[in-house]
Amino acid sequence: MGNAPTTRKLTDAEARLAEIFAMQQSDGAPQLAKLRTAAFDAFSKTGLPNRRDEAWKYTDLRALLRDVKPLAAPPEDSAKESARSAAVLEGVAARRLVFVGGYFVPELSDLGDLEAGLSVVSLSEALAKGDAGTTAQIGNVGEVDDPAFALNTAFMGEGVVIRVGAGVCVDRPIQLVFVAGAQPATYFLRSLVIVEKGARATLIESFEGETAQEYHVNAATEIVLEEGASLERLKISREGAAAMHVSTFVASLAADAQLSDFGFNLGGAVLRNQSFININGQGAHAGLRGANILKGKEHADATLFLDHAAERSESKALFKSVLDDSSQAVFQGKILVRPGAQKTDARMMARTLLLSEGAQANCKPELEIFADDVQCAHGSTVGALDENLIFYLMARGIPQAEAQSLLTEAFVGEVIDVVANRSLREALTGLVSERLRTR
Amino acid sequence: MTALLEIRDLKAEIAGKQILNGYDLTVKAGEVHAIMGPNGSGKSTLSYVLSGRPGYKITEGQALLAGADLSQMSVDERAAAGLFLAFQYPLEVPGVATMTFLRAALNAQRKKRGEEEMSSPDLIKRVKELAKILDMDMEMLRRPVNVGFSGGEKKRAETLQMMLLEPKLCILDETDSGLDIDALKVVSNGVNQLRSKDRGIVVITHYQRLLDYITPDVVHVQSAGRIVRTGGKELALELEETGYARYQSEAA
Repeated sequence: MGNAPTTRKLTDAEARLAEIFAMQQSDGAPQLAKLRTAAFDAFSKTGLPNRRDEAWKYTDLRALLRDVKPLAAPPEDSAKESARSAAVLEGVAARRLVFVGGYFVPELSDLGDLEAGLSVVSLSEALAKGDAGTTAQIGNVGEVDDPAFALNTAFMGEGVVIRVGAGVCVDRPIQLVFVAGAQPATYFLRSLVIVEKGARATLIESFEGETAQEYHVNAATEIVLEEGASLERLKISREGAAAMHVSTFVASLAADAQLSDFGFNLGGAVLRNQSFININGQGAHAGLRGANILKGKEHADATLFLDHAAERSESKALFKSVLDDSSQAVFQGKILVRPGAQKTDARMMARTLLLSEGAQANCKPELEIFADDVQCAHGSTVGALDENLIFYLMARGIPQAEAQSLLTEAFVGEVIDVVANRSLREALTGLVSERLRTR
Repeated sequence: MTALLEIRDLKAEIAGKQILNGYDLTVKAGEVHAIMGPNGSGKSTLSYVLSGRPGYKITEGQALLAGADLSQMSVDERAAAGLFLAFQYPLEVPGVATMTFLRAALNAQRKKRGEEEMSSPDLIKRVKELAKILDMDMEMLRRPVNVGFSGGEKKRAETLQMMLLEPKLCILDETDSGLDIDALKVVSNGVNQLRSKDRGIVVITHYQRLLDYITPDVVHVQSAGRIVRTGGKELALELEETGYARYQSEAA
């Protein structure tokens, strides 16, 4: 490990992370300890990313993370009890796996009657058992050179390992519910999902926080889609008002695999969602969609990296932001088309609706194309609601505030409409509408 | 008895440019008035000033709806008070389902008037009845408001809204523009069903044709931002013969 000595003075947070890492106890196979050490070494080379790192230009984690909250202690019974109804999606009969304060809570989780071919194990259990499949794949789904993801690998505590066997179609959505504890804490959550050849599943990741205390979430999900596999994934973040949430999504798609990913940011002081999508197989399709509905001083950053490495693959990205007060949204999207990835069709669009003069949107698309027979497009728009439409609705008797929220819901609706699962689509419409009405 | 609409010496401007120059008009309950005039005479401006479109400013005079000063009311309050403007160019509202829009409009008005809201099943039933009268496919009403509608379909949809909302005063701004003869008949039939002793209708049009189907009680000629002549329905026929030239020169 080329752990080059840094000349820079570590920030308090970086120094604290090094201390915590040094005290961390081994929790499984020797390969795992090696993986964690390598990850922490990689992190130490750069330290916390800051605005001079292009990928973190608009979300300066080094400045934002002034201190490191302690690693969470096991939750109290009262916290578990209040998590019982957290993130329940109305009308969605999901298989819930509940984590409170970073700990898996079996008594709130539904691990019974697993569909044939479906395996669900908590990350800590899989790591403690030294499960060979998990150890081999975790951290290896894609090549990701990012300090926040490296930190997650170094400290990953809890999450799930899900495996959907070849050809198995799991209709019932699997919902991971991560509820923050009441005290300031740092959570390192990590999940690995393998959808084998021709299999199909729906995954929901809900992040909830009721507390006004500052807490930090570093979450990562790695997904392997084998040939012809298909996954619909929804991530819904409704973190606490002072929460900082950094999340990494890594996916690899084999031939003809289909990924349909949705991210909804409905609360939290700082939300960073970075996605690294590796399209390695011919004919694979990745749909990446997201919506931010922000107010106050909330800041949400969606950073995408789409790596097209195979012929005839498609990616469609659509991100929408509704920004009120002095909130900020960042969209950075990079499409890389590697040599030989002919007939790639990649499209990326970011649209922002500004509801207030103090709100701000930063959009930065990038294309790097090394094949000559491809279609790539990107675009972004930033604007206010159409005054003429507001007048039209008001001329029919609809009060101004209601006219605005109807038009705003319609704006976000374009993202929700693509969700294939109908009950999920309806639940999401409800969540978005609720969020817009509490402006 | 208070007139339904009373406009007295109304002056209004857009971006500092005066468009209405001392407008007088009185519409009583039960009456149908036609306002005719050349392009650029401020016919649409009148409808926007009355409905409260942002940017249209009353500088002098008054417009009263059943005795209430319209200038003191927001756009939605005017609608709840019974004013309905059928737009010359109805807008498309992507992403807002027609039923959602109709429910929101009707129930917002009812709520403001202290009336009970209409239930969804009752609303659907009522909309189905109206769609039949207007020869509209219910499939169209499952789409977002006016999205992908032809010009004629949009005018039918406007008429459906008007019939559902049952306003006191209907202002039809060039409802005949972009309509073929079949659609014109259907829309006129809808408007005629709204004629009642309690309601006033103002039909703004450039052509006499629409008035073959919606017979007015009173016809006004508007030129350069005010009414320059008032007569019976025969005035419309006269205009068809002579055109607007003499009114334009008079106003100039």
